[in-house]
Amino acid sequence: MENRIRIFLLTGLLAMAGCSYMPWRNDAPAEGPPPPENAGDTPVVIEPQVERREIKPAKIDTENWEAGAYVGSLSVEDFEVNLVYGARIAYHLNEDFFAEATFGTSDAGLSSFERLSGGAPLLTDSERQFTYYNLGFGWNALPGEIFLGGKRAYNSAVYLTLGAGATQFAGADRFTITAGAGARVLIKDWLAVHLDMRDLIMDVDVLGANKSTHNYEATLGLTAFF
Amino acid sequence: MARLAACGLLFFLAAISTAWAEGLEVTVVDPYLELRTGPGRGFPIVHVVERGETVKVETRRTDWFQVIDVNGREGWVHRDQMVETLVPAGVKLAIDDPAREDFGAHRREVGLLLGDYGGANVVTVYGAYAFNEHLSAELALAHILGNFSDGQYATIGVTHVPMPEWRIQPFLSLGTGVMRIQPAGTLVGTPERTDQVAYAGIGVRAYLARRFIVRGEYKEYVVFTDRDENEEDIEWKIGFAFFF
Repeated sequence: MENRIRIFLLTGLLAMAGCSYMPWRNDAPAEGPPPPENAGDTPVVIEPQVERREIKPAKIDTENWEAGAYVGSLSVEDFEVNLVYGARIAYHLNEDFFAEATFGTSDAGLSSFERLSGGAPLLTDSERQFTYYNLGFGWNALPGEIFLGGKRAYNSAVYLTLGAGATQFAGADRFTITAGAGARVLIKDWLAVHLDMRDLIMDVDVLGANKSTHNYEATLGLTAFF
Repeated sequence: MARLAACGLLFFLAAISTAWAEGLEVTVVDPYLELRTGPGRGFPIVHVVERGETVKVETRRTDWFQVIDVNGREGWVHRDQMVETLVPAGVKLAIDDPAREDFGAHRREVGLLLGDYGGANVVTVYGAYAFNEHLSAELALAHILGNFSDGQYATIGVTHVPMPEWRIQPFLSLGTGVMRIQPAGTLVGTPERTDQVAYAGIGVRAYLARRFIVRGEYKEYVVFTDRDENEEDIEWKIGFAFFF
């Protein structure tokens, strides 16, 4: 019991000691000697009036992305040549290489088997829709300029692309390897015209055996750099 | 509809690219600045701008900067010459480019991987966000393309890099997600199914150049099916990624 009282008293003492420290009290220190009155005799120290400039990292508009749309014709093996249109986005890694993604869609026609036999169609209308996406890389193999007449020069490049993706056709998603070549002509610094030839290689099992098909696509596109 | 959307996108992009009209003025410090006709090392040099003169930087494409001088002559200058120019504040032009020392300390990573999932082809895109140098969260979306079935999966997981200072960094990963498998159109009688999956994996990522990395990984998946036995699958993939 006595011990507990001792602890209580000691705690109280400590708390009081703590209270004597009052950082919020702003007691002015004793005034020092006043500055010498004869300021006019000594030269006045001039405060330099320097305008500080704010230094920020350079904000330069980078245009490494390219996006746009294309239209052309797609030959679906055994299913005629049809109109295809799609969108393309590319990211230029350096002056030689770029990564690209394409998305396109087309409606396949009738196979010659369906046309000649006159029987029931092999595919429904929704199965006949040919939709693909492709992710890959491109190499600007032949960069250069195209001269039109005597006064105009346009930057251009012939490039090769290789990619992989999937095609939805005939009721299934099919793994697709895409190999292609294209030409890009910059009609403005930010606007390019593309002429692309691509081969979409995939396995199709609609006409009996599972076979590797080559589906050639030729398109004309317009892309903007941003 | 898709055609309309594409046209809309094109106009939108045109609008942004023209919105950035104002340029940055820099002073040439090198004996001269070489202005080429295009953003590439093969394009001819058509103008030079001497030391002390100023040029306005219009835009940048990969390592090339399009500049315009006081006489209105335009051209493309390589990054190596641009870093030697001065901005109006009198300091060197700061070009924010990722380099080898940023690899491992980077926050975000996006990549494309191709490979094999249980005998079928798989195409994967992934994005990762690093909490610190060692630990990051990763979201992966994949398309599985087999002869007999197709599928998609979305997984979220954590990746641990034990040695983030190395140029070639091994890593471990662990995660979970959902997988949807549908049989190929020519097969009948097999139902489409969606199951939960979990994976554990090992892999390697290596610094290539600038912001680019090459990455390969091996993962083992457990598919929690509603049948008596869970399905186990092996996946390996290789691909490219970039960090920023």
